[in-house]
Amino acid sequence: MSTETDQGYSAAGEVGAVRARRTMSENIWRGLKKAPPTAWFGMIVISIYLFLAIFAGILAPYGEEEVLDAAYLPSWFDADEDFPWDPRFLLGTDQLGRDMLTRLIYGARNTIGIAVATTALSFGIGGTLGVLVTIRPGFFDQLISRFVDVLMAIPGLIFALMLLSIFGSTVTNLIIIIAVLDATRVFRLSRAVAMNVVVMDYVEAAKLRGEGLMWIMRKEIIPNIMPPLVAEFGLRFCFVFLTISALSFLGVGIQPPTADWGSMVRENATLITYGSATPLFPAGAIALLTVAVNFVVDWFLHKTSGLRDEH
Amino acid sequence: MSTKNKQKHGREKGSVLLEMRDVYIDGYSDDKWHPIIKGVDVTLHRGEIMGMIGESGAGKSTLGLAAMGFARPGCKITKGSIMFDGMDLRAISETERRALHGSRIAYVAQSAAAAFNPAHQLMNQTIESALSHGIMPKAEAEEDAKKLFAALQLPDPDNIGYRYPHQVSGGQLQRAMTAMAMSSRPDLIIFDEPTTALDVTTQVEVLAAMRNIVDQFHTAAIYITHDLAVVAQMADKIKVLRYGNTVEDADTRKMLKEPKEDYTKTLWAVRSLYKEEQANEDVVLRIHDVDASYGGGIKVLEDVTIQVPRGRTVAIVGESGSGKSTTARVITGLLPPIKGEVYFNGEPLPPALKDRSKEQLQRIQMIYQMADTAMNPRHTVRDIIGRPLEFYLGLRGAALDQKIVQLLELIELDESFIDRLPGELSGGQKQRICIARALAAEPDVIICDEVTSALDQIVQEGILKLLLRLQEELNITYLFITHDIATVEAISDEIVVMFQGGVVEQGPKTKILNPPFPPYTELLLSSVPQMDPDWLDTLLADRAKKGDVMKASG
Repeated sequence: MSTETDQGYSAAGEVGAVRARRTMSENIWRGLKKAPPTAWFGMIVISIYLFLAIFAGILAPYGEEEVLDAAYLPSWFDADEDFPWDPRFLLGTDQLGRDMLTRLIYGARNTIGIAVATTALSFGIGGTLGVLVTIRPGFFDQLISRFVDVLMAIPGLIFALMLLSIFGSTVTNLIIIIAVLDATRVFRLSRAVAMNVVVMDYVEAAKLRGEGLMWIMRKEIIPNIMPPLVAEFGLRFCFVFLTISALSFLGVGIQPPTADWGSMVRENATLITYGSATPLFPAGAIALLTVAVNFVVDWFLHKTSGLRDEH
Repeated sequence: MSTKNKQKHGREKGSVLLEMRDVYIDGYSDDKWHPIIKGVDVTLHRGEIMGMIGESGAGKSTLGLAAMGFARPGCKITKGSIMFDGMDLRAISETERRALHGSRIAYVAQSAAAAFNPAHQLMNQTIESALSHGIMPKAEAEEDAKKLFAALQLPDPDNIGYRYPHQVSGGQLQRAMTAMAMSSRPDLIIFDEPTTALDVTTQVEVLAAMRNIVDQFHTAAIYITHDLAVVAQMADKIKVLRYGNTVEDADTRKMLKEPKEDYTKTLWAVRSLYKEEQANEDVVLRIHDVDASYGGGIKVLEDVTIQVPRGRTVAIVGESGSGKSTTARVITGLLPPIKGEVYFNGEPLPPALKDRSKEQLQRIQMIYQMADTAMNPRHTVRDIIGRPLEFYLGLRGAALDQKIVQLLELIELDESFIDRLPGELSGGQKQRICIARALAAEPDVIICDEVTSALDQIVQEGILKLLLRLQEELNITYLFITHDIATVEAISDEIVVMFQGGVVEQGPKTKILNPPFPPYTELLLSSVPQMDPDWLDTLLADRAKKGDVMKASG
């Protein structure tokens, strides 16, 4: 390049001024190294949960629905005369004599699996519509937005209860109903953030080029609204998780004998009056996962908020 | 003015007000501290105006803020002394420093629109610092603010303070911001590019008002800008900065007459670009009798007719709000006109974007003012330039990559740029990539919407030269929208002057830029700052003599 001009300006001069580009994996590693201990804690907990969920069949000492014994107490629990402990069951057995540890491990698979599917579906519906209406504002936007307003006006849990009793409490129905109800929130958020992106010149440039609706959405808008959506995904995941637990607790969620943490709390709730800690295990599992996901989301939010620490 | 004598006491010109010695400032990026300012000295006397110029990234704003003893987040002052009126700004506590800010040292930012809170009336914001520093009671401060508004030649000074920021124009807001800075009668005001966002006709008024009031109250000022002609009007002395070092320090007149350093000379020589005008009978684009409006009854364009000859540059000039950008929107189909047609190669174009064929879209490309927002920050250069190639020309794989590299070479960059994101490019490089994206479609016409106004002068020159070279090589037609007359003079063949949604005149450059002028053209041309330090005085005297040209024109 021989663009050295007498004005002292040259593109070659500008080349040297720019720093080298990092690869994606380097960037991810740099980000991870800076993560606070809470985020690390969250990531480790989530990994363990995922590991348990994926390998539940191998890890669990007994079958998911196997009735084994009538012992209620965990093996390490200080045994008294009324409740002798049994070394075969680490966390004791539930009200029907099924191994609690096994049920917890299978519960991870069911509960987390359903929660992930529901959240993904609600983001698929809400996110897509939210972005589409910003690219094509007007009648379509009004129609969808007002419909969403109507859905949001009805208390979520009660609405879900009603729909589940109409359509029946199958797992598929559960996922679809909660996903649709949650999609209203996602729609609102993605519409709001996409509105800030859709007015940018690069979106106009894409329109002028003659790009289609889907291309603009996929390539120009979604990559730029990912950070708030990912953060919201983490939070929504927790809420879905709690909604499913609540519905199971009320008896319209995941049906027995499928292991699910929410219904496990409900079914074993009476045992607590006899001094057994059994219902606390699934409750603790829910609480721990929620806290862990929130730690990771907090870190992610902080990282993408663009706030620079004062030096 | 009754307060004048009181305030003037002890602030006659002469004594040293601000003295910065050997100042070093570091900035934090990429996990490291980098020096931004490398040992700069500044001496400012009372009542003196110092101009600070340099390209973007030269450290002008950082140094300006350091004069307040302040470093932005991510910056720190590492070495040197900053003495303000006998106080060491680096040694005093944060509280003491805060007491000085706004009361004895004030700051006027580039964007007044962003600096005002839209939810409060101008008056409350103007007198806020005077009240919070306990300088005067509210009633007195309000009276004083009205006098300041009058001194700054704001219309209806008694009532304008009770308007909200969106109810006044950009130039008025910038003057209100100066009033805000003056309300506590500071000893020092730092102006950070206060007129860069304004168009020329407004800029003249703001400059005159600022200079007048600074002079009246014997306030010292640091005036930061990259526009030499502006600094020539304002400053008593000029400091040229580059890469955080002082290049040259001298009195304004001396520096304009005989710049010593080579770098300073290049800054002065920038406006030397000139293209010989050529005519062409072959009209590629014709806008015929177009009316347009953004909903509602008000016409933004009225009876606009513009002819664009093939392979030439037509510049559309006018102040903001004159309909320049709306014209571009009509041509591109983003805003279908309510009357009239756009002809391309003799064929009428469908008015709305969605009715135009891919072929028609490909022939007219657009380059935007802000290269930052014109490129998706998540796309690499490969995606940005490659997409039109893929979309219009159907290139794939190796052929695509090859063509991208060719285009990069055409805009004087090389293939090492191909995987960069826009955030990793400088302002000039970004605009070059935008040019490459437009070229990738192999268009006949490129609409350039203020493409150089966000860049500093040296980079501007590089971009303009590139555009001229490309036009010669590829016979591209430019429709160049700008409010910068210097740019127009440099690169255009024909000029269209627009005012309030209508075309004032269209013709060859030499005809438009030479007398006799219609009144509006004359106002526009005479408002372009010249490098002569007496230009503003002469102009104001002239205008006063002739009566207000503005009134005559519209």
